[in-house]
Amino acid sequence: MTDAWSPSKRERERRGIRRRRRLQSVLVATTLTVVVFAGLGLAIVSSPGWPSVKDLFFNEFHARESFPAVRDGFWVNVKLFLICEPVILVLGLAVALARTARSAYLVPVRLLAALYTDVFRGIPTILLVVLLAFGMPALQLQGIPNSALFWAGVALVLSYGAYVAEVFRAGIDSIHPSQIASAEALALSRAQALRFVVVPQAVRRVLPPLLNDFVSLQKDTALVAAAGILDAVFAARDYGNFNFNYTPLVVVACFFIVMTVPLARFTDWLQRRYAERERAGAR
Amino acid sequence: MTDLGKKPGQPAGTPLLEVVGLRKTYGDRVVLDDVSLTVRRHDVICLIGSSGSGKSTLLRCLDLLEDVDDGVIRLDGREISDPRVDPREVRRRVGMVFQAYNLFPHLSVLDNCTLSPRRVHGLSRREAEERARDLLATFGLADHVDKHPDRLSGGQQQRVALVRALCNRPDLLLLDEITAALDPELVGEVLTIVRELAERGTTMILATHEMSFAREVATTVCFLSEGRILEQGPPAEIFSAPREERTRQFLRRVLPG
Ligand SMILES: Nc1ncnc2c1ncn2[C@@H]1O[C@H](COP(=O)(O)OP(=O)(O)O)[C@@H](O)[C@H]1O
Ligand SMILES: [Mg+2]
Repeated sequence: MTDAWSPSKRERERRGIRRRRRLQSVLVATTLTVVVFAGLGLAIVSSPGWPSVKDLFFNEFHARESFPAVRDGFWVNVKLFLICEPVILVLGLAVALARTARSAYLVPVRLLAALYTDVFRGIPTILLVVLLAFGMPALQLQGIPNSALFWAGVALVLSYGAYVAEVFRAGIDSIHPSQIASAEALALSRAQALRFVVVPQAVRRVLPPLLNDFVSLQKDTALVAAAGILDAVFAARDYGNFNFNYTPLVVVACFFIVMTVPLARFTDWLQRRYAERERAGAR
Repeated sequence: MTDLGKKPGQPAGTPLLEVVGLRKTYGDRVVLDDVSLTVRRHDVICLIGSSGSGKSTLLRCLDLLEDVDDGVIRLDGREISDPRVDPREVRRRVGMVFQAYNLFPHLSVLDNCTLSPRRVHGLSRREAEERARDLLATFGLADHVDKHPDRLSGGQQQRVALVRALCNRPDLLLLDEITAALDPELVGEVLTIVRELAERGTTMILATHEMSFAREVATTVCFLSEGRILEQGPPAEIFSAPREERTRQFLRRVLPG
């Protein structure tokens, strides 16, 4: 019965129309894109100051010369990011859970968690980096690392942990109370309900905004340059001050773009997938 | 876009909606197969059939929420299954109500009902609110005008959803199992409205599991099975003397006694 079906004449016509309209929109999109980008490029290149800007910011010689130093510095940014990210995730989730705790015994923990998010979300990250990276080693405490890099990393963790905690908390709050009720009706404890029912759903729901925070963290690893740590930005500024040229900064920008774009695309993809799933639910 | 309004020169007999050889697939799965249906003004068409037989898909195709894979849908003699037709033009004239109410939780009942009349049909706030209040009062919702949906019972929410669709004065109303999510004692209040609408001559296509209701209000009953309209006719005929064995089986399952 189904195999015997072949599209009717009208359907074939309709497919033709759909195909033509698709082609048309591809054509429009391509033309517009080319025109807009060519226009922008032309506007920049034909501006009166362009030749000197080109020499100051887009100088091929300086780009090549500064590349090794910038690359080595960038490795510091990458390491910082890779180590800080998991720590932030754990800290954020722990703080979020502490803030949703209902037990009387945990009230001090809850208050502490609230205090933490309020304070560390309020302090500009760059201040925190400078304060910790210069201040903590100066204390000359025994038994803890004394390097500026370590404390700069701690500053990033503390600052971003507070943000991520709030994201997690919003996710946990967004799970409908009936889910907890059903879990408790199955005799799960509150902690078990959180662990097995609420948190998995919450994490899935907040994944896109979380990834967004991580894109932001990738960039903010550059703040450690303010504490005199030899990262990509510091290396570029060093080279620039010496040679009176800003090209290395543009090189750094390119490095950061290359690092953040994949995560940004991944975030987009995830968001689209969730949107599709939500739409499928609403029929 | 082209005008879909009633054309003066149209032959008197043009049906409001005409479906010919409709086919819809999801991947390899044929969900609607060669479905044909004619709806005249003031008709009340009831779609019955077991879960998964394609009732919702048919209604969604008619509201152009899905692209069809073959066949033709005509509204007032004009083909709306043409890709060049703007679906919003069609939806200005066709109202649809879903099983899950889908009221906008951030808007009051009144604002839910005036959103489309104001933003799509260009009514002034005063006109739109007057019309909405009128309809809400007619259907016993006068006390709830300024509440938000979460303050209402399921039955009240579904009645608001109906009023919201009616505020656009649709020529055709599509109702997809609008009582299926309701507690049994709330089903009655929603069906009462639909019955009143039927008596006033509103043209409707409704998917329903309420057989006694279908028997009472339908002008035509269509029995869907595996994506085909296996049998259609006046309710007296379908419910009392079905031709097809599968219709008989289905009715035995769903009718009490
Ligand atoms: N988006 C979709 N993707 C794949 N299959 C679908 C989709 N929507 C509906 N179906 C399938 O189409 C069939 C008919 O569904 P539906 O029209 O909802 O039936 P009914 O409303 O009569 O219960 C079902 O078997 C369903 O699984
Ligand atoms: Mg359905």
